[in-house]
Amino acid sequence: MVSTTHQGRQTSAAPVASEPLAIELRGISKAFGPVQANKDISISVRKGSIHGIIGENGAGKSTLMSILYGFYKADSGTVLIDGQEVQITDSQAAIAAGIGMVFQHFKLVENFSVLENVVLGAEEGGLLKPSLSKARKLLKQLSDEYELSVDPDALIENLSVGHQQRVEILKALYRQADILILDEPTGVLTPAEADHLFRILDGLKEQGKTIILITHKLREIMDVTDSVSVMRRGEMTATVKTADTSPEELAELMVGRKVLLEVDKTPAKPGAHILEVENLTVVDDHGVTRVKGIDLNVRAGEILGIAGVAGNGQTELLEVLGGYQNGTGTIRLNGTELDLTGSKSDGQSRRARGIAHVPEDRHDEGLILEFAAWENIIFGYHHDPEYQKNSWIMDNAKIKKIAHEKMERFDTRPLNELLEAKSFSGGNQQKIVLAREIERNPDLLLIGQPTRGVDIGAIEFIHQQIVALRDQGKAILLVSVELDEVLSLSDRIAVMFDGKIMGERLPSETDERELGMLMAGINNGADGASEDA
Amino acid sequence: MQAMPKWADAVLIPLFSILLAFFFSGLTILAIGKDPVVAIQTMVQGAFGSTNGLGYTLYYTTNFIFTGLAIAVAYHARLFNIGGEGQVMLGGLGVALVCLAIDWPHWALALPAAMVGGAVFGAAWAFIPAYLQAKRGSHIVITTMMFNFIASALVGYVLLNFLKVPGSMSTESAGFPVGAHLPTFHDMLAPLGIEFNKNSPANISFLIALLAAFAFWVLIWKTRLGFEIRSFGASDTAAKYAGINPVRITIIAMMISGALCGLMAINNVMGEAERLIDNAPEGAGFIGIAVALMGRNHPVGIVLAALLFGFLYQGGAELSFWEAIPRELVVVIQGLVIMFTGALDNMVRAPLEKLFVLMRKKEA
Repeated sequence: MVSTTHQGRQTSAAPVASEPLAIELRGISKAFGPVQANKDISISVRKGSIHGIIGENGAGKSTLMSILYGFYKADSGTVLIDGQEVQITDSQAAIAAGIGMVFQHFKLVENFSVLENVVLGAEEGGLLKPSLSKARKLLKQLSDEYELSVDPDALIENLSVGHQQRVEILKALYRQADILILDEPTGVLTPAEADHLFRILDGLKEQGKTIILITHKLREIMDVTDSVSVMRRGEMTATVKTADTSPEELAELMVGRKVLLEVDKTPAKPGAHILEVENLTVVDDHGVTRVKGIDLNVRAGEILGIAGVAGNGQTELLEVLGGYQNGTGTIRLNGTELDLTGSKSDGQSRRARGIAHVPEDRHDEGLILEFAAWENIIFGYHHDPEYQKNSWIMDNAKIKKIAHEKMERFDTRPLNELLEAKSFSGGNQQKIVLAREIERNPDLLLIGQPTRGVDIGAIEFIHQQIVALRDQGKAILLVSVELDEVLSLSDRIAVMFDGKIMGERLPSETDERELGMLMAGINNGADGASEDA
Repeated sequence: MQAMPKWADAVLIPLFSILLAFFFSGLTILAIGKDPVVAIQTMVQGAFGSTNGLGYTLYYTTNFIFTGLAIAVAYHARLFNIGGEGQVMLGGLGVALVCLAIDWPHWALALPAAMVGGAVFGAAWAFIPAYLQAKRGSHIVITTMMFNFIASALVGYVLLNFLKVPGSMSTESAGFPVGAHLPTFHDMLAPLGIEFNKNSPANISFLIALLAAFAFWVLIWKTRLGFEIRSFGASDTAAKYAGINPVRITIIAMMISGALCGLMAINNVMGEAERLIDNAPEGAGFIGIAVALMGRNHPVGIVLAALLFGFLYQGGAELSFWEAIPRELVVVIQGLVIMFTGALDNMVRAPLEKLFVLMRKKEA
């Protein structure tokens, strides 16, 4: 074990000491206006190794990689590739230097084939045909060498997310990348797909490729990397060999203090049925059936966690319950039916019935980023008599005072209700939303991705608030793509796949492997819930 | 963290933009062999140098306050109302119908009635594109623009076939009854012992415009409706989540916008022409877009921007009259101001932001 201090610390991580350095960053600094995104960062990565970069949102990981890929120009510092100093002025220069990047949000043309996407931007000559046949040959070879099989003629829009990601990797390899950077690659993958990805990465490593893996998931770092660098607030706080560290130590290095990774909670004491959903079907605006006749219920004093890979109907389920998506079927709250279409089916009437909703997308739904915190704290509840001066005018002075108190109780920093929502960090933004929704004392709390883009320090606090609400006897429906989160918070877990509930499990009687199978749509038939998957 | 304090955003950027616009205007005037210093003197003198000139400046300002506020209300809901021109025309029709309906005993009775007439007609004209946008998804920029042409044809038709004085050669309605004539600045200021030119068109509508600006401020920042309009404008997805009805907000915001445009007619139709003429708005509906843009959709900014454009209109007219500078060049100058204050905002903003960051670094 390495002893840790909170000060920055550099131990030379040399997984394969004999190998030369593939990348070396020396003293990289980058400021955006008054914000110092990267401060004097130095990393060296050996050839043929997997190096992890871990840090909370806003720690500066993505900025650093954008500098390496030529999107930003560093204010100071140098980049060395294979021992040679290089000037990476744009992505073309990065590609020429042998760097390939797999972005979190894929950059693929949806209605082009795999082959066309791979060649796009690297065509040789005026005619497409020679490049395409060359790419086809190479693709065949690559998919044999690594587990990178993708149908070269399939259209991107028909591929699963995992396959799309492989296309991104193939794109980089086609451009003869020796250094591959992956930015949060597993965010959209099932555990099985993630495992497959890691096998691919291992294979690439064997071939002498160098891989940089950016993630906020400690488990991935522990599983696949040889060495790891931790970033906090724009600074590199440590670089260690993965074998010499532990998740607890990395978490502490990320946050700067000891962190409770487990959620501290007592067994649930479930009461009456609060929410009952029967045969709910949702067809979205494009005519796609997103939720296919599901049944579920949540009782008072329990947390029902919905696990699943993003895009399997969880979003639409929350939207219907929140009142802004039409559905068919039956939803009862406290025994009374809710309208699923028409004018009585909107956010206002749901709130009036005692449903609070922390939406999955904080930036586009939960908050109005340009609005001040005090305006956001009444958003959705702005018809409440408490906030009015008379039938037309709102009592802004009173609202500001109430907002200040709520933010104080939720430990929002900075404690300034006049600041625009966008100037708060992800965690503090989420606290503003939570303060608004939880303090209304709802019967049912819908909460989607409670800790997405939230720093570890705030995660603890948010989890505590959710559990505290449960202990007050409220019903909570939790949707999260973070399996760890669902496992540690929920009293019961339902897994969604392709708009259906694949099965329900108790956290104490299941594990990630079993849930991962269900998330991939594989049900061993143990509970016969939906065998038609 | 913001790069610039709010006051710099609100004051410095428009100021620099105007200076740049005037600089390039000066170059254009030089290019045709005239003296820019004399030109600016003529403009200032013409716009502010006499109560007559000032009266005209304030008359134009009044028009632009109404249309600027109208465009801004819609813009707070992120609706781009290009149809101000048509809504003003219809407002003029509404005002004219009210004024000609009876022999009004006193302007104090005629004015509120005419305001209702103008606002209702303007709002009704804005309702159709708003409904089409909200219910059918027809893009409001396209529909409002097309509605300008329809309005022009419609008002022309009504004028020619119903309102024109029989036997008259000009396409205009009969003059309004004396009881529907609004007090001018001359009438209003005379009792206070202030002499204001009798022939200048500035009238009590200016005060109504200022009241409208205040009402705008209350509506947008103090009322629940304003909160919903701003929410919908800032994020329609968040508004949907909150249960704010997008159809309702789209229609209401556009109807308020149309009503404000319609109200402008009390100034140009009732206050100045005292009858309905063809093409009464003279482009005020379009200038309103620039005014709202430059005024940052805030009533104080809109009043100031309206004053600037009032100055450009009146000063520009003087310029072409006295300095033999062609009318087209005056339009060029107005165009430069619109371009620099509206479209080239970021050109001024980026260097200013850098400057502020630099200054802050030195302090630190």
